[in-house]
Amino acid sequence: MANKIFVYIDHFGGSALPASWEALGAGISLKDSYASGVTAVLIGNEVGSIAQEAISFGADEVLVADHESVKEFRPEPFAALLSGLLKESAAEVFVLPNTSRTREVAAMVAVDLETGIAPDVIAMEVVDGVIHATRPIYAGKLLTKVVCATERPQILTLRSRAFPKPEADSTRSGEVKDLAVDFPDPGTEVLGYKESEAGVSLTDAGIIVTGGRGVSNNPSLEPPADITDEKEKEIWRAHQGFKLVQELAEVLGAAVGASRASVDAGYIPYAHQVGQTGKVVSPDLYIASGVSGAIQHLAGMRTSKNIVAINKDPDAPIFQLARFGVVGDLFEILPSLTEALKERLGK
Amino acid sequence: MNIVVCVKQAPDTAATVTVEDGKVSWGDAPLVLNPWDEYAVEQALLTKEEHDGKITTLSLGPEDAKEALKIALAMGADEAILISDPDFAGADTLVASKVLAAAISKIEDVDLVFFGRSSVDSDSGVLGSQVARRLGWPALSLVSAVNELSPDNRTIEVERMIDEGRQIVKSPFPVVVSVVKEINEPRYPSFMGIRKASRAEMPIWSAAELGLTDIPSPAMTWPEIFAPPEVETTCEFIDGETPEEKANKLADRLMEEKVI
Repeated sequence: MANKIFVYIDHFGGSALPASWEALGAGISLKDSYASGVTAVLIGNEVGSIAQEAISFGADEVLVADHESVKEFRPEPFAALLSGLLKESAAEVFVLPNTSRTREVAAMVAVDLETGIAPDVIAMEVVDGVIHATRPIYAGKLLTKVVCATERPQILTLRSRAFPKPEADSTRSGEVKDLAVDFPDPGTEVLGYKESEAGVSLTDAGIIVTGGRGVSNNPSLEPPADITDEKEKEIWRAHQGFKLVQELAEVLGAAVGASRASVDAGYIPYAHQVGQTGKVVSPDLYIASGVSGAIQHLAGMRTSKNIVAINKDPDAPIFQLARFGVVGDLFEILPSLTEALKERLGK
Repeated sequence: MNIVVCVKQAPDTAATVTVEDGKVSWGDAPLVLNPWDEYAVEQALLTKEEHDGKITTLSLGPEDAKEALKIALAMGADEAILISDPDFAGADTLVASKVLAAAISKIEDVDLVFFGRSSVDSDSGVLGSQVARRLGWPALSLVSAVNELSPDNRTIEVERMIDEGRQIVKSPFPVVVSVVKEINEPRYPSFMGIRKASRAEMPIWSAAELGLTDIPSPAMTWPEIFAPPEVETTCEFIDGETPEEKANKLADRLMEEKVI
């Protein structure tokens, strides 16, 4: 009998995103509830090695649509293939990792199949054969249960790092099948890519070091004489502050985050912004330096496992969420902390 | 250029949001134009300023969603239409996408539709893609820059902000574009704009006017809204005579507690 649980494996540059395996694990956790195996679906070009990986992470079957025309991601042909597949299999559940590609694919599949979508899910349970998913709203200020009671499949995109990644076991076996590909041409054309200026992806990062408005607050630093404009002086100072943030991040293999205040002030590109109008993150360790902790920022990082706050102001709201706090000047603390950790981590 | 911008009204992001009797409350905080939508309106205005055209803003919601439309008008949009019907209450994105697609079709000969990337209340971030799908148009989501727009060739080239960097994509018209914050700096409504907006006629389109006879029931329901569990933490402040001492103590504590 055909499987009723489908999981989409998102990938980029020849590798699966870690969140894809978390989604696969979540799909596997539903096997008993739906008395079904799990089918992983992979779309792209020359993605065969990822199919084997999916088997080792626990997929019972992998369907691969490998074709040159889908080498570059575009949502429309991906959605068309998936919709056809899910319909034909009368799928009960379609799970995707929540990434910058999958959310729109899931959205389009939901329209094709006239069913609901639960984006950015952080927890789920099955009640009488129906998934009750939990997802944040108002940037995590509240949570809501969402239910797709009658339409099928139930489509969920899972927030990165909210579900455990299954153990890989290379001795597992499973079937890898090629899908016949007939992709509609969406009319769009991918012209190329630009590297991320954010370095390590914020949503996947286990550790994030964030700089706030405080990174520019070092009046003792004198900008070079050719910078005369006050605003440019401030930005130059902020860049010196972010260098310290960056150095600590490098020692920890961490991503660099930023508060809205520091993005709006032009200190750092928007790709780094954490908070209600930036990225919502949930790392194991979040080091906030020079971040006071505006409600919009706290909403975007409050579910981090461990929060360390470094701030001059002992009354800054960020300390209320922090497990460890240091009251002090980030320009003095960060370099010392970087050195101290380098030593301890043997770097 | 015939441009449509879809906007929504949302509580101010500075609001403290709570649940009272199973309903979301934001106290006295004002309802504003969803912050992401400000970028969508601004991008429409920039496009019009460069290439000429007309901007129609649409909002699906109850009567008070007119306030969001007024802000879009005050910023410089030409027309605003409220899409409202008792049958639309409780609409999920599946229903909302159907209604908005019908409205965009009714406007006719639309070249470009702008959305903000998501709304700051429901955080779904799928509506733009779903409307595009209903219309059978390409969707360009998470757009952080418009590199080129040619009304003659009827094409637009954009940069999309993906997790790994930027994807550069070219699309023919008509197309649905959802934008992220980086794309521009939204203008403030001018005094003249606010005066104009307060006097503007704002038609209301109902289900019947959109030719929607069978509004599907929402596929998704939200049976329970609740506050996230309180984070139980007491901050352990790291003391020391010098910054070096504080930093070393912090590093030790992080290692001891296996945080690193």
